[in-house]
Amino acid sequence: MATLTLDRKSALRRELEAIVGRGGVLSEPDELLVYESDGLTLFRALADFVVFPTSAEHVAALVRVAQREGMPFVARGAGTGLSGGCLPSEGGLVISLMRMNRVLEVDYDNQLAVVEPGLVNLHLSWAVGPHGYYYAPDPSSQQACTIGGNIANNSGGPHTLKYGVTVNHVLGLEVVMPDGEIVWLGGKTRDALGYDLAGVFVGSEGTFGIATKIVVRILRKPQAVKTVLAVFDQIEQASAAVSAIIARGLVPAAVEMIDQLTIQAVEDAFGCGYPRDAAAALLIEVDGLRAGIEAQCERIVDACRQSGAREVRAAADEAERQLLWKGRKSAFGAYGRVSPAYMVMDGVIPRTKLPYVLGRVNEIVAAQGLRVGNVFHAGDGNLHPNILYDPRKPGEEARVVAAGAEIMKICAEVGGSISGEHGIGLEKSDFMPFIFSAADLAFMQRLKTAFNPTGLCNPGKVFPTRKSCGEAGPVAYRPHPIEERGLAQRF
Amino acid sequence: MTHATSDTPASTSPLALHGLSVEGVNQCVHCGLCLAYCPTFSELGTEMDSPRGRIFLIKSLAEGRIGLSDPTVEHLSLCLDCRACETVCPAGVPYGRLIEAAKAEIERQRPGGAARRAFRWLNFGMLLGSPRVLRAAAAGLHFYQASGLQRLVRRSGLTRLLPGTLPAWEALLPPLPADRAPLAPLTPAVGARRARVAMLTGCVQSVVFGAHNRATARVLARNGCDVLAPPQGCCGALNAHGGDHARAVEMAKRTIETFEAAGAETVVVNTSGCGAHMKAYGALLASEPGWAERAARFARTVQDISEFLAQAPLRGPLAPVPMTVTYHDPCHVVHGQKIRRQPRELLAQIPALRVVDLPESDWCCGSAGIYNLTQPEMADRLLRRKVRNVESTKAEAVVTANPGCILQIQAGLRAAGRDVPVLHLVEILDKAYTSAGGSTVPSDASPRIDGGGKVAARAR
Repeated sequence: MATLTLDRKSALRRELEAIVGRGGVLSEPDELLVYESDGLTLFRALADFVVFPTSAEHVAALVRVAQREGMPFVARGAGTGLSGGCLPSEGGLVISLMRMNRVLEVDYDNQLAVVEPGLVNLHLSWAVGPHGYYYAPDPSSQQACTIGGNIANNSGGPHTLKYGVTVNHVLGLEVVMPDGEIVWLGGKTRDALGYDLAGVFVGSEGTFGIATKIVVRILRKPQAVKTVLAVFDQIEQASAAVSAIIARGLVPAAVEMIDQLTIQAVEDAFGCGYPRDAAAALLIEVDGLRAGIEAQCERIVDACRQSGAREVRAAADEAERQLLWKGRKSAFGAYGRVSPAYMVMDGVIPRTKLPYVLGRVNEIVAAQGLRVGNVFHAGDGNLHPNILYDPRKPGEEARVVAAGAEIMKICAEVGGSISGEHGIGLEKSDFMPFIFSAADLAFMQRLKTAFNPTGLCNPGKVFPTRKSCGEAGPVAYRPHPIEERGLAQRF
Repeated sequence: MTHATSDTPASTSPLALHGLSVEGVNQCVHCGLCLAYCPTFSELGTEMDSPRGRIFLIKSLAEGRIGLSDPTVEHLSLCLDCRACETVCPAGVPYGRLIEAAKAEIERQRPGGAARRAFRWLNFGMLLGSPRVLRAAAAGLHFYQASGLQRLVRRSGLTRLLPGTLPAWEALLPPLPADRAPLAPLTPAVGARRARVAMLTGCVQSVVFGAHNRATARVLARNGCDVLAPPQGCCGALNAHGGDHARAVEMAKRTIETFEAAGAETVVVNTSGCGAHMKAYGALLASEPGWAERAARFARTVQDISEFLAQAPLRGPLAPVPMTVTYHDPCHVVHGQKIRRQPRELLAQIPALRVVDLPESDWCCGSAGIYNLTQPEMADRLLRRKVRNVESTKAEAVVTANPGCILQIQAGLRAAGRDVPVLHLVEILDKAYTSAGGSTVPSDASPRIDGGGKVAARAR
């Protein structure tokens, strides 16, 4: 899109204000600056406007203006995403959904809630908590991230292992389609009629439209929860313990691994009770009926001990359990104590490959002269190597990008994938060919075009970089901006 | 348009604003976990009004990427400095220090017109700078209220003619007590002596809330403390929060000198902003020659009243106080000093007192120093939110631990037509002690040395 002239910009501003009201439009450069990144600061891009709708009708009207102007638009929630997915990579309009954050309806008998996209994930559990319910998907950023963002990325979380990811908890959505039409995908019933379009929409990273109402399942809180901390002197032992637990036919609610560097950062942050000298710790949770939970817990303890754990203990009370989880869920932010910046990778691998891949990750990062912290969902093989770096040191960012690409390649090689839950966004669009063939990608493009024919809805995401995102057909190669700057090369 | 690299030149020179280090911005990794805990972001949904956004603005300012434009000043000024973000920040960003540096820079670059500068000089320099002037002003205001002049002025609508934020100041003015005598230099311990403490009697606190100070001294005495109250000035917290850095530094030095000379083991504070600020003297004076270590040492002796009292079980006897209360956490107690457990533990020791949880108990009430005067609109939104939460508890009284919160929440409840008193923690403890009787400390008159001369002699 061509740069807006000042006159055009102020006319557009007035038009946008007519839709969402004064105080609902940002266009000052210093204000737009704050929106240049999400949780991944490696990428930056400036919008022309940030707008704050409060209804689906607002969103639809904004989208129609954008289409008329040929102006790209992208939805944004709390901006905690980790792949640059909500960045206005080609300028235009950022549609912030933070003023659409209500719980509209809760139906306890049918175990569902209707919410707006800007609702903070954890706030839904708070809202239904007094009635004994909760919302199961629990990304580590759940204290700040929004349900809308979770929909875009089909977010997981530690409890994904037992309860599934976001798509398993969404029954239906009201969506403003990229042409401004307001439609319902799915509904309030469990078994959707016709195509499972809600399923298609969840995980589309904001490229299929903007959800304005979401029907989610809420679950009864489990009768009993037990959380076990297992401490290991070698990371291989921890990996073995994960496999040993699953091999015994147990289905824990969560199995999380935290390595030494991460333990030290979270201990500095909140003093959560992880031993600082451990090479790795596993945080394992079982939940369900009270009957039998102790027996499950014992089998887990046994599996950890046999794998060489030096210490295994259950959280003594709810306070200790909460503190252990607080450490786990704050881990990314806690890296701020040991490094001015980090880039988190989000690879998925078969669980059996854990020791091999973790070893390779360490080698790759060390070869670039950098440090890595690992904290991840070990139970389902969803790795999160966090490469620590200092953006002020010349060349470090390039080395991070290079190491990241290599790690993604390893994940693909061992039969895994390049994103568990953070999305492809800007960050990994060029890694898509590691996993998908040209035919696979072309088919995805055709699906995207069906939803988003002009390509103006969140352009530049998911698909490998090329001239026009609206184009169907074979993927044409064009260097990624990182490559253009000589920071990375194509493998 | 998308940049995958930093477009600011690589630089290793320390980032600073107004000579104050803001290197802490580099601890922020942009995770955003602070967002939902920020009252202004929660109200507005705009990221410039979130901690992460403000840190980014401060960083961009220090790097010279942006200047102090009107919107930037507005967003930084809208920060309550409640420091709720610090409590949840996994990276440990020292947000309070960053925003104070930014506010100091705003004051340097934008001192405002002559009227604003004169007003700041009057407040920060004259009133807070000198206990005598403050006392004289309080006497004048007391006359204004007691004589009926205030009623007349309010009815006449004359306050609307006042410039700037003065009408808001006038509206919030609490009834000033006639008795503004300073606390006695020594309140001797009752029973076995456990400690010798000094009290910050505060600047505004001593003239507006002298009753809190007397209650604090009595409760401390009941718990075996000789309580010293040396003649003293303002600790400089309001100056620091308001961007008046130079005076804040001088006030800190004078405060340290005063309490060092008093020779107490602990300095007990019953106002949250002062306590949090005095605990940070080490950082404030870090670059003052000859003061860094002295200030850090002094800071370690500072304790909030609840923190100090909760170190041991309260000494009895405590009479039953049969009522239902709820506790509001003052920001600079719970976030600034990380004191959450202690006030609740103290309340739990009062017989027959029922304490119900306050939803969002650790959310700012909008008082925030002088914020309710400088940002009345946002302060009012947060106050209404606080009042709704208090109403949901059905408590008969609100207990908190800071005069600003007391004034603000009381005003909010009154406006909502609720007859719910807001008490300082020490008041309810004092009530339990006074009702129990058996005190050698007179109940609401400052004890004089004459009766306790022997104790005083022993204490020295």
